Amino acid sequence: MAKKPQLAIDTRPWRDPAAKPFVRIRNVTKKFGDVHAVHDVSLDIYKSELFCLLGGSGSGKSTLLRMLAGFEEPTAGTIEIDGQDMTHVAPYNRPVNMMFQSYALFPHMNVEQNIAYGLKRDHLPKGEIADRVAELLSLVKLSDYGKRKPHQLSGGQRQRVALARALAKRPKLLLLDEPLGALDKKLREETQFELVKIQETLGVTFIVVTHDQEEAMSLATRIGVMNQGEIAMIGEPTDIYEFPNSRFVAGFIGSVNMAEGVVIEDEPDHVRIRSAELGCDIYVDHGVDCAPDQILWWAVRPEKIHLSREAPDNPHDANVTRGLVEEISYLGDMSVYQVLLDSGKRLRVTQTNTVRGNPDSITWDEPVYCTWGGNAGSVLTV
Amino acid sequence: MRRGWFLPVTATLGFAFLYAPIISLVIFSFNESRLVTVWSGFSTKWYGELFADPQMLGAAWLSAQVAFVSATIALVLGTLCAVALVRFKRFRGRTVLAGTVSAPLVMPDVITGLALLLLFVAMEATLGWPAGRGLVTIIIAHSTFCMAYVTVVVQSRLTDLDLSLEEAAMDLGATPVRVFFDITLPIIAPALVSGWLLAFTLSLDDLVIASFVSGPGSSTLPMVIFSKVRLGVSPDVNALATIIIGIVALGVFAATVLQLRSRPKKLRN
Repeated sequence: MAKKPQLAIDTRPWRDPAAKPFVRIRNVTKKFGDVHAVHDVSLDIYKSELFCLLGGSGSGKSTLLRMLAGFEEPTAGTIEIDGQDMTHVAPYNRPVNMMFQSYALFPHMNVEQNIAYGLKRDHLPKGEIADRVAELLSLVKLSDYGKRKPHQLSGGQRQRVALARALAKRPKLLLLDEPLGALDKKLREETQFELVKIQETLGVTFIVVTHDQEEAMSLATRIGVMNQGEIAMIGEPTDIYEFPNSRFVAGFIGSVNMAEGVVIEDEPDHVRIRSAELGCDIYVDHGVDCAPDQILWWAVRPEKIHLSREAPDNPHDANVTRGLVEEISYLGDMSVYQVLLDSGKRLRVTQTNTVRGNPDSITWDEPVYCTWGGNAGSVLTV
Repeated sequence: MRRGWFLPVTATLGFAFLYAPIISLVIFSFNESRLVTVWSGFSTKWYGELFADPQMLGAAWLSAQVAFVSATIALVLGTLCAVALVRFKRFRGRTVLAGTVSAPLVMPDVITGLALLLLFVAMEATLGWPAGRGLVTIIIAHSTFCMAYVTVVVQSRLTDLDLSLEEAAMDLGATPVRVFFDITLPIIAPALVSGWLLAFTLSLDDLVIASFVSGPGSSTLPMVIFSKVRLGVSPDVNALATIIIGIVALGVFAATVLQLRSRPKKLRN
């Protein structure tokens, strides 16, 4: 069923230029000594978003999160949360809570005391604290575990206690530092959905830091890809994957085949790129902001390429190249082929295994044609 | 695996080396004879004599007071010092503090004692305080050198403490002072207990420094024992030593039990 268009706009405030951002990060820079951990980052995050900061280690994503929590002060720039300047406000005075990567559960308190800690700091009446703790315990499905100490819980249970504790004060903004990092794969997948469900139920704005692209893709409403202290790209998961804005983003998310080429035809409705690396022309069926003779890069995802034994139709005399199957890894749902092109370049191609135990499938050392559509790849200039 | 003779023999020899002197001391404290090396029958009379000796009891009481007060002062100062060194990475004079805090650990007692004596004399001449030498000067001296030990013990525990625990508490609305009392202190409590016990013991058995900085009428227990033994070993010293060993053993046992209880138990089911 297709999404109703007005609903889509409602749930995507970043597409609405009039929408007021909930968190405003303006030209924030953080230097440790001479090193720029975060460099001139500007970012708007909207209410009820689940925003993922994605990047490798040392990309500055955690430093940015710590500045939002108040543990680090920006060297320059401002941070606004819900219309208030928070740049120099102490962490204990911010309407923000954080879930730590190590969970940071207080080892000398039991689960209930851990969750109640923030509420006690607010001097809430005893009865109300008890009610709130019980409510949170049932939210994270740990009602029977209130009297346990953190060391008597499993990793997944600890993660849920940490989440409940961070949610206890009903923060406007919840920061999560690698929330699923310490869980094993199966538990991570289950918890991912639970996290999204809780976020949607409570309507709290989440900012999640992660290095796991799969996690970011499945959790986020939007992703901010960080590289060396700067934001490389901000966009919805599909934008990031299908329309990367640079070679870095294309290479960082998923796997990609990258080829260098020269523009030989630059028309409003199509572009032709000659690529010696691929040994063929690349025909792009839409206009690109480039100039003739410009050197640029073309990036295509492995699943966008099709393999065949027979030469396919070739109306534009482009987008077809030949090679030899060098390597196959069978992953069950799909197979990954490594094709050695006549030009010496290797292409990575994935094909879905739609037929069970197909005896006729392409195999090792077979000569094959690789083809793709005019819209299959991204043309990148940086 | 075949059991060899090597391990049991070396273990026995090791224990004998460590504990034979103490055991013989305990046994001879129940000796009837005045001669410390000749056994002539079981008796508790030296314990009776000990409790009738006001000098000995007075010195024991003084030592206990000194040890208690200076261990407590050393605990507070040493903890503050450890927190400053571990938690604050950049402040003026940090390198100097880090380097000098452990100096008393390696400084010969004679030099520490002499230096403190000269300082106290000079202070009395210029400031008029401390007036003379006695309980106060011994406490000051013991606090200074015990503080170094407390700092080292607490520092190692603090270094192991996950910083994000304190950040989490702060994130939940606790001010830094609150964080220290709610989170840091309970978690490092076992280190504080063992630091205090260590300081107490060190103060209790210090002879050299106390000899330098004590005055007339303020002889600590080790000083009294030492001067008595110089005139010939008397069996009531054995009795006193046995009592002290008993107290120390009890203390160590209590500390061990405390440590074991505070350690996280293994994951159940």
